[in-house]
Amino acid sequence: MKQHLTVVVVEQNQERAFAIVDALKESGDADVIVIDSVSGLARKIATHSPDIVLIDIDNPSRDMLEELTVASGPMERPVAMFVSGAAGGLAQDAVEAGMSAYVVDGLKADRIKPIMDIAIARFQVLRQMRVELEETRRALEERKLIDRAKGLLMKAKGLQEDEAYALLRKTAMNQNRRVADVAEALVTASGLLS
Amino acid sequence: MRTVTLPVAYMPLVDAAPLIVAREMGFDHTEGISLDLKPAPSWSALRDMLAFGHVDAAHLLSPIPVAMALGLGGFATPLSAVSVLSLNGNVIGVGTKLAGRLADHGYSFDFSDAQAAGAALARSSDEVLVFGVPFTFSMHVELLRYWIARTELASKQVEIRTVPPPLMARALASGEIDAFCVGEPWGSFAVDDNVAALLLPGKAIWTCAPEKVLAVRNDWAETEPELLGGLMRSVWRAGRWLSNQESRTTASEMLSRKAYLNVSPELVDRALLGEFTVSANGEQRHVDGFVEFFEGAATFPWRSQAKWIAHQLAIRNGLDTTTAERQAASVFRSDLYRRELHLLGVEIPGASEKLEGALPEAKAVASTNGSLILPRNAFFDRSIFEPAG
Repeated sequence: MKQHLTVVVVEQNQERAFAIVDALKESGDADVIVIDSVSGLARKIATHSPDIVLIDIDNPSRDMLEELTVASGPMERPVAMFVSGAAGGLAQDAVEAGMSAYVVDGLKADRIKPIMDIAIARFQVLRQMRVELEETRRALEERKLIDRAKGLLMKAKGLQEDEAYALLRKTAMNQNRRVADVAEALVTASGLLS
Repeated sequence: MRTVTLPVAYMPLVDAAPLIVAREMGFDHTEGISLDLKPAPSWSALRDMLAFGHVDAAHLLSPIPVAMALGLGGFATPLSAVSVLSLNGNVIGVGTKLAGRLADHGYSFDFSDAQAAGAALARSSDEVLVFGVPFTFSMHVELLRYWIARTELASKQVEIRTVPPPLMARALASGEIDAFCVGEPWGSFAVDDNVAALLLPGKAIWTCAPEKVLAVRNDWAETEPELLGGLMRSVWRAGRWLSNQESRTTASEMLSRKAYLNVSPELVDRALLGEFTVSANGEQRHVDGFVEFFEGAATFPWRSQAKWIAHQLAIRNGLDTTTAERQAASVFRSDLYRRELHLLGVEIPGASEKLEGALPEAKAVASTNGSLILPRNAFFDRSIFEPAG
């Protein structure tokens, strides 16, 4: 049995890749290789014959790994783990269910687990940060749209700001849509008409 | 009305239409359920979402549950294909380099003759020919291998690689692959991207290939028969609605939305109307019933379809074909289809198996209401598949 674990990390985002590599290095005796381009992924991974492959569960290229689990003999199969926060524990479930294609004989679970735990924790923190950032950006954009729609209504119908907002909200409620959507429709329509 | 929310996973493809239409047209509410459609980033993720209970049903490549039943590809959660969601709907395309050589050799890009296309491609390609497909267990792989083995392409060294459909055009442009077999809209997407020309619709290889299935876990099917029935009936209604040509433009609009496929409706139209642009210079080809969601009992899960898939998988993986066919037959649940759909007055065939590829013309067959006409069912090489007993 090998002393060192070879871990391949498939991640195109450099920042995320570094974070994962750092986390893995801290945990001890692992050689970590980062693959940042998905073209010919299966072959690239095969040349490193890793013990573990880490790839985000939301990465469409995960399907390329499926070839490895089918093509290679059971003893050569890499342990592929798929870590992500968003899919709600799918990775844990997969591992707990003992996805046999991904587990090599002779590789003890207690060696994988700390690495897994750290990588999962890292992915979750990074993902959460990204989601929060997106949410904030979206909220800001919607605010801007609503302001423009209010402005249009004030000008076209001679309304006060609060009246304009009330009209937007009432329309949204009547049509069972979000205020931001009504605002967007209004801004688009006015752009077309002007 | 109170409805039960049902999480269902799908891949953003044209043939996810029955699920998307069931949701958008409210056929789910008619059955007291509310479909919560979740797009999946990859086929393996989609399969795992279903296997580990994160969703209750899924739009799945028909060979996936069969491969699982044969113990291929790792872990096994018993899955049932309770209905076929669509027949056909794939295209085979080649990169611009090969397309140019094909044209130089006088190939007409008729988009219909599989034998001629194989011969022309064999003449035009180098010794090694690399095809991209979306997944290891897929009808794409089965049709490609069937076609390659029975045409002049058999003399070439062919490699089949997995490439996620949205990345297919890029893989072609970078020379990583020479050709592909992929579900729409990704073939047309590559044509519009000026990196591909289309050679054949999947239908030209087998007129009745079961492409996607509606899959559930066996244990869920047993514990939730009411929900299962509601799901199957709402999806069947969606298929019937889609079979009306007048619905197709509306369907394109629905599918093209950002929440679903996020491509232009014009791109979705091509598959739904069968009007293809096959090359970058805008050559048009028509295919009747390019993808089928309803007509001719299209959604009936024939056990012989599962056996055909199992037969191909068994040969390639060194398994006993008779055993494999027996294991696969129970995956396609013609029994549940009969149980849940007969109340709607659905035209259900009397048999659960048929000879595949044995209908050179459409033919009336025994069925519940006595008016079922099965469509033409033929392989391009006219061979007939007789399922093992």
